[in-house]
Formats: sequence, C-alpha cells, structure tokens
Amino acid sequence: MTTPEWLDIGWVDQIPVRGSRTVQVEGGDDIAVFRTAEGKVFALLDRCPHKHGRLSQGIVHGGAVACPLHNWRISLSTGEALGEDKGCTPTVPVKIDGGRVLICRASTLKAAA
Amino acid sequence: MEHRPIKTDADTRDHLVVIGNGMAGCRAVEELLARDPARYRVTIFGAEPRVNYNRIMLSPVLAGEKSFDDIVINDAEWYAANGIALVAGDPVVAIDRGTKTVTTRGGATESYDRLLIATGSDPFIIPVPGKDLPGVIAFRDMDDVDTMLAAADAGGDAVVIGGGLLGLEAAHGLSLRGMKVTVIHLMPTLMERQLDEAAGWLLKQALEGRGQTILTGADTAEIVGNGKVEGVKLKDGTLIPASLVVMAVGIRPSVALARDAGLAVGRGIQVDDHMVTSDPHVLAVGECVEHDGQVYGLVAPLWDMCRSLADGLVEQPTGYRGSVTSTKLKVSGIDVFSAGDFSGGDGCEDIVLRDASRGVYKRVIVRDDRIVGAVLYGDTADGSWYFDLLKKQEDVSDLRDLLIFGQSFASGGGAADPKAAVAALSDDAEICGCNGVTKGQVVSCIAKGAHSLDAVRGTCKASASCGSCTGLVENLLALTLGDDVQAGPKTMCKCTSFGHDDVRREIVAQAMRSIPEVMQQLHWTTPDGCSSCRPALNYYLLCALPGDYVDDQQSRFVNERMHANIQKDGTYSVVPRMWGGLTNPTELRAIADVVEKFNAPMVKVTGGQRLDIFGIKKEDLPAVWADLNAAGMVSGHAYGKSLRTVKTCVGSEWCRFGTQDSTGLGVKIERMSWGSWMPHKFKIAVSGCPRNCAEATIKDFGIVCVDSGYELHVGGNGGIHVRATDLLCKVATEQEAMDYCAAFIQLYREEARYLERTAPWIERVGVDYVKARIADDPAGREALRARFLVSQSFSQDDPWAQRAEGAEAEHHAPMARFIPQEELA
Ligand SMILES: Cc1cc2nc3c(=O)[nH]c(=O)nc-3n(C[C@H](O)[C@H](O)[C@H](O)COP(=O)(O)OP(=O)(O)OC[C@H]3O[C@@H](n4cnc5c(N)ncnc54)[C@H](O)[C@@H]3O)c2cc1C
Ligand code: SF4
Ligand code: FES
Repeated sequence: MTTPEWLDIGWVDQIPVRGSRTVQVEGGDDIAVFRTAEGKVFALLDRCPHKHGRLSQGIVHGGAVACPLHNWRISLSTGEALGEDKGCTPTVPVKIDGGRVLICRASTLKAAA
Repeated sequence: MEHRPIKTDADTRDHLVVIGNGMAGCRAVEELLARDPARYRVTIFGAEPRVNYNRIMLSPVLAGEKSFDDIVINDAEWYAANGIALVAGDPVVAIDRGTKTVTTRGGATESYDRLLIATGSDPFIIPVPGKDLPGVIAFRDMDDVDTMLAAADAGGDAVVIGGGLLGLEAAHGLSLRGMKVTVIHLMPTLMERQLDEAAGWLLKQALEGRGQTILTGADTAEIVGNGKVEGVKLKDGTLIPASLVVMAVGIRPSVALARDAGLAVGRGIQVDDHMVTSDPHVLAVGECVEHDGQVYGLVAPLWDMCRSLADGLVEQPTGYRGSVTSTKLKVSGIDVFSAGDFSGGDGCEDIVLRDASRGVYKRVIVRDDRIVGAVLYGDTADGSWYFDLLKKQEDVSDLRDLLIFGQSFASGGGAADPKAAVAALSDDAEICGCNGVTKGQVVSCIAKGAHSLDAVRGTCKASASCGSCTGLVENLLALTLGDDVQAGPKTMCKCTSFGHDDVRREIVAQAMRSIPEVMQQLHWTTPDGCSSCRPALNYYLLCALPGDYVDDQQSRFVNERMHANIQKDGTYSVVPRMWGGLTNPTELRAIADVVEKFNAPMVKVTGGQRLDIFGIKKEDLPAVWADLNAAGMVSGHAYGKSLRTVKTCVGSEWCRFGTQDSTGLGVKIERMSWGSWMPHKFKIAVSGCPRNCAEATIKDFGIVCVDSGYELHVGGNGGIHVRATDLLCKVATEQEAMDYCAAFIQLYREEARYLERTAPWIERVGVDYVKARIADDPAGREALRARFLVSQSFSQDDPWAQRAEGAEAEHHAPMARFIPQEELA
C-alpha cells in the first residue's frame, strides 16, 4: 500500500530472480530494483558511480551487480563499489509487504530532484 | 633485602596478608590494585630474598640470554608506590587461624583480616642415597640458577635427572655454559607428558645433535660422592661422573603450611571458584591450589585464577572455571609446542604432518569436530592458533582439510608460504580426497612428465574431481619442478579453482545440465557465481546441450539479453542483418522509417557492411524490431558472442577481376551460420580474388577465391592485436568451403574458452592442430559439421521476432513510473 513514506511499485514476482526492473522517475534518474538469488530485494539509483552505467542492466550475483559498461561490481546493500574500485551509488530503502515491493518515497523524490 | 616496617598504626583498612612473593601472589595483588587500590592494606611475605620476578625466565637467565634485572616484574619502587609491605627472605612458618595471625621463621607475627596463600610448588626430590650431597639441586628459583652458574664456571660434567620441560631447559643452559651434560630420563621418550613419541624422538635427536647425552629408560640408583657430588649411578650399573646434579623430576604443590593450619588439602590446597579455601578468611592461588580436582604447573591458569580472586576480594565474584594449558619449550632453536590432550582414543581423529628433512612434525587431535590436542615440533608458529581453537572449542569441520597447514593456509588469506606447508607433507599424506591420491603419487606422476595441472589431473586424477585440492597440487608442481612448471590455465574466475577447459570437460563427463548443478558439483565458492563465470557456464551448457539446455537470461551480458548494443549513455543501437552485405529499397526504406520514427540520432555503416541505428531507448526496442521484421529483416546479432557478419566483395558478378561469386557464397555462408552462439564474436569474409577486397585475411574465417577454387583462412583478427590468418587449406568447391567452415566453427565453439577469439585460440593450440582436425580428418570434419548443423537447427530463430511479439516485454518496460506531482502511474 502506498503511504506517505512508501511507494508501492508492484509485485516481487515482477522482478526476475537475479535480475532487476526499473522505476522510471520523471525528471531524474531511474531507480533499479534488484532481486537476488536468495529472494532479497534491493533498490539503487540506476547509475553506476563510474561513468553512470545502467546498473539495472548488469548481471546480479551474490549481493552485487556487475555494471554492464565496465564491469565494476556494486554492492546492492550499500551501493559501494567493491574491490579495487571506489565510488558509491545512492541506495533507496525498500521493503516487501504481502508480496508487494515498497520503496522509500523520500529517496525516490530525491532521485527526481 | 627490602625489609620494610610493617605498618600497624592508624591505617584501619582490612589487612590482606600474602604468603608467597612469586608469580601468582604478586599477580593477585596487581589485579586487586587494578580494581580497588585503596581497599586493603597489603603485606607480602616471600621466602626468597628478592623482589617479584618472572620465574619462567630463569631458563633464559641460565642460558645467558637474559640477566636477573631483565626478569624482574615488580621492583622495589612498585611495592613502595603501592604502600605494600614486603617481607622478603623470611618465610612464614605458621598460620594461626584462631587468632588470624602468621608467624615467620625470624619470629615476626602479623595479624590478617584476609590471608592469601600463594606458596607455589616444591620441587620433587627423588629419595635416593646421596640426594642431600652438596651439588645436588633443583631448578626452581634464582638461587638454583646461581648455583648452576657457579658450577658451570668451575667446569666439569653435569647430570640432569628428568627429561621434562624444566630438565631440558636446565640441560640446555648448562651445556651452553660449557658443561658436558647427560640427561637421565626414566620414560622411553622425552617430555612424554607433553609430546607424543614421534615428537619426543625428534627432540632427542636434536638435543643429541647439540652434544648432549640423552639416556632414556634410565633409572637413577644413587648419587655418589664423598662430601660433594661426584657422579650418578643408574640401576643398570652405569656410572656417570658429575660435579653438578639437577633434579627436575617434578613439582608438587607446597601445602605444608596450609595442612598444618588445618585447611582442607588434597593434592593441593582446596579452593572454590573464588579461590576461597575451607576457611572463608583464607584464600589460595597459584600452583599450590587444587581446583575442581586439578592442580596446575604453568602460569596461564594462574592469571585466570588471579582475576577471579581479585573479583571476589572486591565483592564482585566472577568465578574460576578451570583452564586448559599449553606448553612451549624455551630452548633456543628447538621449537616445541604442546596443548591439550594428545593421548588419542575413541572417536579421536589424528591429523599428522611430517617432514623429516625439515625436522617438522605436527599433530592435531580432533574429536567431534573440535580440536582436543596439538603437538607441534619444529614449527610452532601456529601453536597459539590451535590453542585458541581448542580453548574456544570451535567447530573446525570447515577447516578440517587445511587445519594441519596452519592458520594462514587454512584461513585462505595471505598464506605466508603455502609451498612450505605442502613441502611439509608426508609422502603418504592424502592430497586428493575424492580420488584417494597421496602426495607421493602426485610427486611421482609429476616426475614422470606431468608438468602441468591438467597433465596431473589426466594422469593420476588428483584434483580432477571436486577441485578443492587444486592449490595443493599446484604447490606440489612448483615444488617439484621449480621454474619448469607449465603455468596451467588460469582458473575461470575467483569462484572456482577450475580452469575453463576442466569445467567444459566436467560438464560433458558428468552430464551436467544447469548452472547451479555445475556450481554444486564443482564446488563453486560463491553462491551464484559472478559476471565472469555465469556467462561462460551458460555458453558451455548451451554448446554442450543444443536444443536441450534452457538458456539463463540472467547469466547473459545485457547486450544478449536486450538483443541490441548498450552504448555509453544507456541507449541501444540496433543492427539488422543484411545477408552478405546486400540490401534493397524495402530494407533501406524500413531503416529510414525507423530512424525517423524513433528519432535515432545516427545511422552508421559498420565495418562488417551493415547499417547500425543508434540511440534507441530500451522501451522502444520491441517496436523498432517489429518494424524491421515487417520489412523482412532479422537481428544482425551485432551484440552477441556469435556470428556477426559475412563481409563480401562484389566478385565475379561485377568485378573485372573476380574469379568466383564471392557475394553469393557469402550470402550462403551467412544463411548457414547466423544465430549460432560462440565463445566470442565471430566474423567471416569472402573475397572474389586474391586482391582480397573483403579483407578476408583478418577475419575469424576467411575465404579467398582463386581460379582453381577456394583458399580457406582462419584465426585472423582486426582488433587490438591485428593478426593475419593462417591458411587452413585449399578446397575445390563451394560446398567444401561451406562444410569446412561449419566444421571449423564447431571446433572453435566446442574447444575455445569463453571470450577467447579464434586468433588467441589458434595461437594456443597451434594451427597444425586445427589442420589435423579439419583438413586431415575427413570423418572428424564431417562429425563436427554435423554437430554444427544440429545445433543450428535449434538456434536460427530471430530473437527480435519473438521479442516483437511480446516475449519478455517486461524487460523493456519499467516496473512503475513515478511522477512527483501525480504520484504513481
Ligand atoms: C625454570 C622454570 C621454568 C618455567 N617455565 C615455564 C614456562 O615456560 N611456562 C609456564 O607457564 N610456566 C613455567 N614455569 C612454571 C611457572 O614458573 C609456575 O607455574 C609459576 O611460577 C607458579 O606461580 P606461583 O606463584 O604459584 O608459584 P611461584 O612462582 O613458585 O611462587 C611461589 C613463591 O612462594 C614463595 N614461598 C613458598 N613458601 C613460602 C613461605 N612459607 N613463606 C613465604 N614465601 C613462600 C616461594 O619462594 C616463591 O617465591 C617454569 C618454572 C620454572 C622453575
Ligand atoms: S577481391 Fe577480387 S573480385 Fe573481389 S572486388 Fe576485389 S578485385 Fe574484385
Ligand atoms: S559505468 Fe559502471 S563500470 Fe563504468
């Protein structure tokens, strides 16, 4: 249920396992919503800290996504680049309620700003 | 001697009297001061005429490695600064619990509110004739060390009775001081309480190598001498001359005072968890106590006891629960460590590592997945780690295989020198558990010519199954061959110890059918791989099981998932197939319409003679494809690890030089080979004559038409490292050219590593190999061609058509839209 704090974006099942979907944000960056093999859901700004690659298009493995442009690995939980690389993508709080995916309204608004 | 007046004046604090100025007594006081420095008035009585020192360090003092000053723990200032009265050199001879007083040999009497007994142990003197002769001493305190030093100065022979920790340290010190030393030990091996037979034996060898005489199984009959020691006689009659005899056969808790005072005494003074004796006003700590039936002869437990004791004294009882102990022998250059129980027994598993040449012996005893004991000889670096695991009773089942190699090795990270660890293995140590291959077998297989990991796997099967021993085998290779190791293929990625070739082989050998199955069977170390191995595995399975394997979209690089090329701004470019580089007005019109309709900012002719439409949004892709499909065009696979294009020249149809129909052949070849997935991108070209206008000699497969037929070229590459092709062979007919092409593609598909283009692949395997498989082996060639065609029968579906019809449409659309003013759409 969409509330003042949370936006309902759809069913968990709409996100492929080890894959992602996006939430298009008018006037700003998309938000990439990931689902891991373990069934955890994470959301990040769909913008690699390196050269703004679309993280939603990367390969999800473990708790990370490999950016499709230059293969940086970004932690889904912290948004930090892993390994040698340095950089961070803003994360968006997300929760699951009755099979629905809810993302944080304030962070989503920030993505539009 | 620091006799200090005992204060009895206005200080009304409770008086704590400590008997024993040794390791435990002083430590207890330190712990107490740390908790509440003002709580008690403290008086310490010590039999020795000196301040508190580190008794453990007597051995290094004897050996000349340290001086007494170096081993003082608390000097006179410490006592003064803390208002502690020290009565040194005047032992307490009686405790009167009724009047709560103690009396010293010198006649002083002191009353206490709390009494702490920390009298340590008495050395055990075996009751043989001559035991009281001058020159017969124990090894317990600084006085004994002084006696030994004087004897060594006088020169002569020494006999040490007792081959335990103390005896060996004394013998070591004395021989360093120039004495000829004989150690007499009753038991068959040295330090039998700490070491097992093997380690004891190694120790004996080492000490003998340093010039000591070690007599094991030797029983002392008497100490002979007239007025002073002259020798030791054994029960078998042997007489060993000696001017000094050190008895180091054991200690027993010093309990005489306590027993006389009527306290409960077993082997030691009995205490509860708070170090309180049978009299609530009297405490005891250190080697003189018995806790829960246990007495201790090492310092570590004393520290634990002192903490509980001090907690109790400030009325915050925590309680002592007993200790597990470990021992190290402080003989320079000989490293011995022992901890816990190594007697083995039911349910115990012994892990043993021996290296006779390096003098290393390690044994770890595991029961119920917990370490219960450890004996290390020669390399004790990991002693504390084992001891820690032992004390914490940690489950070591995960470490089991590598446990014996020590911490750095078992914990994987930053292995100090894994080669040394493997070198330390005994020949009959098992290297490969799956196939039961020992180190000896691996080494002999290497010696017989298996100079690479692959060769070892092929010959003796070590590391050919789960792969968890790959590191060991590699180290054995390095160890056995030095620099001659053929660097094996690198592992696929960090998730596995297998290389690409092994994974491919195992997929086929074990008939594996899915990525998770491969990861399970081959012990992947990550839950779902990474962006390197997943696409590779997906390809390998696809190649091995055409028509059967269910492609894993999430293991494909985005281009292959989106069937378009991702560009740096996140938009995509789209390349429709133009067979052989040919096109017509319908196609051109369709492309022009798409460019207009979707506002594509750029159209470009590619190097492969196709048109590339740039700047298409992900959401628009299905519509673009639908429009192109409508004009009869299919995906050009310009995005995939697959056949890209077949470039052609105009050939005999138009060109005045052309000898064959290169364009027509190019179209036929593209029709045959499009849609096939490959280890990497794959390009073909056909030129109509040796002028080679289609640049066929820098393509993966190139055909140059000549008068008499077709030259087939392979392994060219126009990329970062430009490589001209190798000539595969010459054939006479178009059909042959196509058959050879199919066979070559299939060989590459089946044998190259993922992301390895034909050029490096051919350089790796050699062009002769490829010739042998394609040109010189008609049956093999035909089989390859047949497999290729079977595979093609499943793969020539236009992915665009399926997507345009709505397959996986959700991949292209956002899950939701957020418009700040309007909320969710
Ligand atoms: C040469 C040597 C090497 C050792 N090496 C090691 C080692 O490597 N590792 C290890 O863990 N342990 C080692 N130990 C053992 C360790 O030193 C003892 O476990 C520890 O010192 C015991 O402490 P304690 O306070 O109980 O006894 P002690 O340190 O022996 O102190 C007892 C003190 O009480 C005094 N005393 C006795 N009776 C009276 C009395 N009636 N009145 C007044 N004072 C009295 C004694 O003079 C003595 O100073 C070694 C011991 C020796 C002798
Ligand atoms: S390769 Fe030969 S046939 Fe083809 S265009 Fe060039 S000259 Fe003409
Ligand atoms: S933009 Fe993501 S790795 Fe370069």
